[in-house]
Amino acid sequence: MSYDRLTRPLVREDGVLREATWEEALTRAAEGFRRNVDKHGPDSFAMLSCARSTNEMNYVGQKFTRVVIGTNNVDSCNRTCHAPSVAGLSAVFGSGGGTSSYQEVEDTDVIVMWGSAARNAHPIFFQHVLKGIHNGARMFAVDPRRTGTAQWADLWLGLNVGTDIPLAHAIAREIIHAGLHNQEFIERATTGFEEFRECVEPWTLSAAEQVTGVPAHAIRELAHAYARADRAQMCWTLGITEHHNATDNVRALINLSLLTGHVGRYGSGLSPLRGQNNVQGGGDMGAIPNRLPGFQDILDPSIRQKFETAWGVGIQPRYGHNLTEMLEAMAEGEVTTCYLIGENPVQSEADSLACIKRLSMLDHLVVQDIFLTKTAQMADVVLPASAAWCEADGTFTNSERRVQRVRKALDPPGEARDDIWIMCELARRLGHDWHYDGAEEVWNELRALSPDHTGMTYRRLEDLHGIQWPCPSEDSVEPPYLHGRLWESDPVRRGTPAPFAVLRHSPPVDLLDEEYPLRLTTGRRLDSYNTGVQSSGFASPLRRGETIELSPEDAERLGLVAGEEVRISSRRGSVVAPVFIDPGLRPGLVFMTFHFPDEVDTNALTIEATCPIAGTAEFKAAAVRVEKLVKAG
Amino acid sequence: MIPLQPPRRLVDVQIDGETVRVPEGSTILDACHAAGKDVPTLCYGDTLTPKNACRVCVVEVEGSRTLAPACSRKVEAGMNVGTDTERARHSRKVVLELLGSSVDLSTTPEAAGWIEEYGAEPGRFGDDAATVEQPAKVDNDLYVRDYSKCIMCYKCVDACGDQWQNSFAIAVAGRGFDSHISTEFDAPLTDSACVYCGNCVEVCPTGALSFKSEFDMRAAGTWDESQQTRTTTICSYCGVGCNLTLHVQDNKIVKVTSPHDNPVTKGNLCVKGRFGYGYV
Amino acid sequence: MDLRFRDVEPSAEERAAVDALLGPPATGWEGGARTEAELRYAARSETARDLLLPALHAVNDRVGWISEGALDYICRRLTVPPAEAYGVASFYSLLSLKPRPARVLHVCTDLACQARGAEDVRKRVEERLGPAGSSWQASPCLGLCERAPAALTIEAGLPPATQVYGPFQGDEVTAPVSTNGSGPTGWEPPAEAAVPQAGQDGLVLLKRIGVVDPASLDGYRAAGGYAALRRAFQLGPAGVIREVLESGLVGRGGAAFPTGRKWDATARQPDHPHYLVCNADESEPGTFKDRVIMEGDPYALIEAMTIAAYATGCAKGYLYIRGEYPRAIRRLEHAMATARARGLLGADILGQGFSFDIELRRGAGAYICGEETAIFNSIEGFRGEPRSKPPFPVEKGLFGKPTVVNNVETLVNVLPILEHGAPAYASIGTEGSTGTKLFCVSGSVDRPGIYELPFGATLRELLDLAGPAGTLKAVLLGGAAGAFVTDLDVPLTFEGTRAAGATLGSGVVLVLDDTVDLKHILLRIAEFFRDESCGQCAPCRVGTVRQEEALHRLSERVDESDLLLLREVGRTMRDASICGLGQTAWNAVESAIDRLGVYK
Repeated sequence: MSYDRLTRPLVREDGVLREATWEEALTRAAEGFRRNVDKHGPDSFAMLSCARSTNEMNYVGQKFTRVVIGTNNVDSCNRTCHAPSVAGLSAVFGSGGGTSSYQEVEDTDVIVMWGSAARNAHPIFFQHVLKGIHNGARMFAVDPRRTGTAQWADLWLGLNVGTDIPLAHAIAREIIHAGLHNQEFIERATTGFEEFRECVEPWTLSAAEQVTGVPAHAIRELAHAYARADRAQMCWTLGITEHHNATDNVRALINLSLLTGHVGRYGSGLSPLRGQNNVQGGGDMGAIPNRLPGFQDILDPSIRQKFETAWGVGIQPRYGHNLTEMLEAMAEGEVTTCYLIGENPVQSEADSLACIKRLSMLDHLVVQDIFLTKTAQMADVVLPASAAWCEADGTFTNSERRVQRVRKALDPPGEARDDIWIMCELARRLGHDWHYDGAEEVWNELRALSPDHTGMTYRRLEDLHGIQWPCPSEDSVEPPYLHGRLWESDPVRRGTPAPFAVLRHSPPVDLLDEEYPLRLTTGRRLDSYNTGVQSSGFASPLRRGETIELSPEDAERLGLVAGEEVRISSRRGSVVAPVFIDPGLRPGLVFMTFHFPDEVDTNALTIEATCPIAGTAEFKAAAVRVEKLVKAG
Repeated sequence: MIPLQPPRRLVDVQIDGETVRVPEGSTILDACHAAGKDVPTLCYGDTLTPKNACRVCVVEVEGSRTLAPACSRKVEAGMNVGTDTERARHSRKVVLELLGSSVDLSTTPEAAGWIEEYGAEPGRFGDDAATVEQPAKVDNDLYVRDYSKCIMCYKCVDACGDQWQNSFAIAVAGRGFDSHISTEFDAPLTDSACVYCGNCVEVCPTGALSFKSEFDMRAAGTWDESQQTRTTTICSYCGVGCNLTLHVQDNKIVKVTSPHDNPVTKGNLCVKGRFGYGYV
Repeated sequence: MDLRFRDVEPSAEERAAVDALLGPPATGWEGGARTEAELRYAARSETARDLLLPALHAVNDRVGWISEGALDYICRRLTVPPAEAYGVASFYSLLSLKPRPARVLHVCTDLACQARGAEDVRKRVEERLGPAGSSWQASPCLGLCERAPAALTIEAGLPPATQVYGPFQGDEVTAPVSTNGSGPTGWEPPAEAAVPQAGQDGLVLLKRIGVVDPASLDGYRAAGGYAALRRAFQLGPAGVIREVLESGLVGRGGAAFPTGRKWDATARQPDHPHYLVCNADESEPGTFKDRVIMEGDPYALIEAMTIAAYATGCAKGYLYIRGEYPRAIRRLEHAMATARARGLLGADILGQGFSFDIELRRGAGAYICGEETAIFNSIEGFRGEPRSKPPFPVEKGLFGKPTVVNNVETLVNVLPILEHGAPAYASIGTEGSTGTKLFCVSGSVDRPGIYELPFGATLRELLDLAGPAGTLKAVLLGGAAGAFVTDLDVPLTFEGTRAAGATLGSGVVLVLDDTVDLKHILLRIAEFFRDESCGQCAPCRVGTVRQEEALHRLSERVDESDLLLLREVGRTMRDASICGLGQTAWNAVESAIDRLGVYK
């Protein structure tokens, strides 16, 4: 189905949403927040900020949370995708961004695409990969499915779902035993190598073959190619992060880069590919519970003091709730009011029924969106917003940390309003007389507070086709890769060394058994996007609705033909979808997207086992069975 | 720490008697631009390897038996180039006549101006002159292929092929005057390898490939570029950060292009970025 | 590559034809059975694009046409995008993408046959077999000009069968029967029937034709064969190049570029490997000399290619021969096999530590593939479109590597150069044109055929040998890309013809008497270029059409504006086309207007 844009504010009356004036809606929204904060304190409030909106909106959103309300309970949907990447990278390097730029992928020697179907999910990034391949780079794809990405690989490794750590460990052990690890770099720039060596020692090639299903010689080939390359890029996407132990997965890949010195140099680095247009920027702007704008740690008193001075309020010296914790706190009755901006957790969260239940327990829910999504339909107040990318001015930050200008091309429909205007109006009703004269004023406020963004004036962003952070000065541009410091010979300039992580394999939580013998994994298709709200608005000739994709062997075994409707059941729920036969799958592995939740709610099947560090859910591994529908009569 | 390209040697060439100094490996067209000379081009694309098929850009190079395509011929030290000689102008005029008499150039920017500038008379071949006139192919809701406007510049094939998209949905088929752009066995796009990135539309110089929205508006007589704004912003889908230029008429997006000089996209988009704007 | 296939199944016969060429599929990803191991790891399917044309031939030979299922299977096996393969298949006139009878008759309607009544033959065939397109088609020159008018049947099957007819009356071939593979390849006069001078003293290039059994390697060696290769090994590569340079040998394909310079430039290229391509795609209307050499003295070409490869540092040579030459293909395949068996091809030739082998590639009906860069694209599995020069083949040729391309006649000249030494060779002919030259004499003469004369003989001397019949009107020198002359005293040298505003081209000497309608001949020339233009560049793609249209109008009514139009279009084709085809497409017409006053 396709959605109509929201053009009028809505308020709930007698259990039904009706149209209202802005004045009424804003007043109702503000009153609800005040009521809950007055009653339960500021931590009863939670904001989900929009990973698709501008940096400026996210800056104002987190400022609203911290200044107007006084809590750090702000997060965004990057929980569902890349929080583990940020957590893993920042634990090792002190900074959560990908370390390389797209151009480096064209200029590198080995590209590892691990759990990334970039050919379909990040098509333009993949064009850079293809340039690299045409320039002579060898590409390796690690993915349970032989995807379009994997078909371009020099070698595809089809591992079992959720065995990334054993594979990474076996690669590490092989590199060490072959003497291919970069001893100079390890000594100079890392810590914990000995413990790491011990922890990977049991993962011989044959042990890994047993667990991952990938033949030993293929693992060896990847290990040697990666270690022997002069330059190598490690790229990953949701295949790594949508697991219950996602941060460990990320650390396992980072370990490989530390072992070989493939980080901090031109052409060598780590690239998590972000799933939403401004996931990177949302975090950079402080719309996360543990960081202030500029990815600055809340626990650092001097940092807090800088912001307190600028904003004129105190900042709580502790981390707020992340999305998963917010949902849990709703169930516990600790969070009672929520301000959701451009997020649709009812359909994007694993275990969607549980999410609906929790949101329904709130006293006051305000949703600000461009559509009346399933989540918005639950709200007490719905505020019609502008579409950031074409109806507002500002900036986005992409997966290579490039901040680029967003410009207003259209007037929003009806009475829909700019996000920042809406938040300022709410702030005013809550006692803070905010006013920003356009997005640039917000940006300049941010630049004064975030050293990584200080040098990025709007003028320079325009002239230089965007600038990658860090950019501390208006007079220069930093290298396109991060952490060059690790290669400095001077220990002071080298800074904090990067720690290896000691990790244990933890198989998927949802175990296969006789009742649920098939491994369901999920992902994206080229022409569709997330919950389909945006992408349903155009007539893609490629779209074929939700299907359950099976290997030819499984289809034959189950007596299924393409197009036939079947029931797919997990321990949590069941759905009906037609069969699609994909030779890229092997027996025992099935695949669905989550693009069509209104027709087939795939997340009714997935498990809400979450990563304890980053809070992401294990979308990539559910246990299911597929059954023929019994024909009535 | 960023490896720099070794500096390029510079060479001196004469363009219409004027000496210009350009890096070794430059094309004559680069040198012409450096000298401030305008040479018409049709099949040249700034994001593609020159195919030099249209031959509109031919110039006279001293000592060369035939004319040279400025878009692809590399300069050599001491080369003496005439961009506006009688011979070059003559070929340009006749090439414009040949193309103009066989192909509908009505939506080719600048074509009318060049035809006038060079005194070309596409009508001189008579009413019976063979043309590539044919019905437009409308087989999907996103873009239209009107090959009666196709000058066979190969740019769509190159953009779909190994230069950018690597989908290889289309190729040149047939031979001679019958050569044309085609899927295998002329299957409809919906039954082809097309992924609707629209990167072919981006590079098409004649309007043979166009957004369905533009095609329909032109048919209805409502297409009006003077009433359109162009605003470059960032795509709202994944996190790659592709730059989009939105063409807006009456507060509606009527087509989407991509800046060719942006380091992220280099003029390319995917189906979502180029066509997925319908929801706003 | 993540190619998309349309999942159209090939027939068992089509699959067998492809598998016979490529072997069975190695993995499930290429269309074989799926195994557990390959669902765990897989290497990228690398494109084997250069096998595309052979694979298309394999199906076309077996079934007679290429179905969607067959094309899909070929693409899967070779990792080639189906759209691209379709583009390639539709480029060649011998391949069909539509169903047609197994046996197809190709009726030559080109210049030499036109001069010998091809028009009547064509009408007779049309009366008997119906409109062209399915069971028969009009063909450009079949290279059987000494037997004009000519025809060829090709019958798909296992193996495919061919039969040439000449002179063809039009009623030898009965309605096509689809016996599919049962037809034996029929009798044909021996190659020396095309050489009126056969067995005479003083022949250099033709000396073995009709004298030595073309199937016998021993016979070839007994007649002095492989002495030149032995001499080459004594001289070393640089020594061979020096001999060739000093001999003054220039290319016989039409451009007359010094062969020694080409070899020297290739040999010096630091990039490796180097490739040798023998251009045997003899397609210039009226040309059949290379066919006669390949049919009558195939080992000479094999030996000459081996010498060229030795001099220029090539381990691999491609012999690209036009698909309309079935007997030459059989003779060469046989010669290559016996040479290989005797250690004269393959590893360590003659124990000299030099390794070289030849792959024979068959054209599929495209004149343009005789262009020296189009031939690369055709071998590589792309459409036979010429490339822009520079870069030249010696620098970036086949597969982007340094490549020396020579045509058949040029190569066989290397044998007498090495056998007798450069000075002896250079003493024949004139200062600017050394050695002897083969001329393809056809049309209104009593004794059509290939003649070998030292450079410097006049056209009159050549015609005296062939015996002009009827009242001579004009001679077309150099083929469709050449020019008409009426002065019989023009010396047949590169410099002499150039001075006369003509060209030797490929050695075509088409004699036209006063019974021939010149306007018809010009229309056929225009039609030929329009048919054979690859379509890549605008001047040639559209210009050849406009030229033909104007000539049609002029045949009806002479109009000055059409003559001006022809001149302007012709000048633009000459100035602005990418390759020699477009650049010469107006030559013959221009000369007919200016010298013969055709439209006065």
